[in-house]
Amino acid sequence: MKDLFIRYRFFLLLVVVNIFLLFLKPDLGTKSISITWSNLVGMLTILPPIFIFLGLLDVWVERETMIKIMGENSGILGVFIAYFLGSAAVGPLYAAFPVAGVLLKKGCKFSNVLIFMGAWSTTKIPLLLFEASSMGTDFMLLRFALNIPGIALIAYFTAKMLSPKERAVIYQNAEQNVS
Amino acid sequence: MLNAILYTLAITMLGLSYVKNKSKTKMALRKAWKSFENILPQFLSILIIIGISLSVLSTETISLLIGEKSGWIGIMTAAVIGSITLIPGFIAFPLTAALLKSGAGLTQIAVFISTLMMVGLVTLPLEVKYFGRKVALLRNSLAFAFSFLVAFVIGGVLR
Repeated sequence: MKDLFIRYRFFLLLVVVNIFLLFLKPDLGTKSISITWSNLVGMLTILPPIFIFLGLLDVWVERETMIKIMGENSGILGVFIAYFLGSAAVGPLYAAFPVAGVLLKKGCKFSNVLIFMGAWSTTKIPLLLFEASSMGTDFMLLRFALNIPGIALIAYFTAKMLSPKERAVIYQNAEQNVS
Repeated sequence: MLNAILYTLAITMLGLSYVKNKSKTKMALRKAWKSFENILPQFLSILIIIGISLSVLSTETISLLIGEKSGWIGIMTAAVIGSITLIPGFIAFPLTAALLKSGAGLTQIAVFISTLMMVGLVTLPLEVKYFGRKVALLRNSLAFAFSFLVAFVIGGVLR
């Protein structure tokens, strides 16, 4: 119970801030509550299936399989799968972090995990269609064409900057986050 | 529509998994719940922060700040707003299309879209939790810089 309070203390503090806002500036307070509520409802509808996939992935996919298809020696195939997995996703970027955690835990190559996150953040297929319809096909295609190499550059550079020790810490951490 | 596909897929796979192995399926659900509960405190906090900031920043204010004539200041402002806010794409694209029509600049809009998707200041604590401070900071600052490149190319080519 006490642990629960400690874990949620920042959230509770924000609730208090919002309640204060409600009393000081009722219009802003109600507006922020309604935005928070609609976001919460939206996210809570998207997240359950994502976490179910995550759980199933963790239980069913053997570490050896993951190492083979996305691990250290997976080569271009692993890169391709990383782009595809990320692009096929739905949901905001922060929903990608726990999934990335499982990929790390299963022995996925670090740069591939970063490519997966890059693709999740900006080349999601359902979103591309939506982008084309509201911003125009040229806008979408140009951004997409720039993003593909951009995602890889960011991923490889970030991976390069890590020492083997720092990398090991992240992989250990993934074991604890998903248990 | 998208949600329907997602749920159908999840339920089908869960069903298949259950038929093949009951205890493994239970374990999968337990893991799903545990991973969810693990990020729930940060997640709820993020939602309130978004709620409060979006209630303070209205659409009119945003379009005033990042108009066609706002130049470098507008581009920087757009990049910073995009990095901080967390608007789902399905809301963001109609918003940016509307902003473009009401006089926002293409370069400003492009940098806003790119940072909105790739950079997450509000979700940084969550990212640090999974990747550590160094990776999270590196990834976000590289994505921030990259967004300017994307914006200038789009602004230059599609003008």
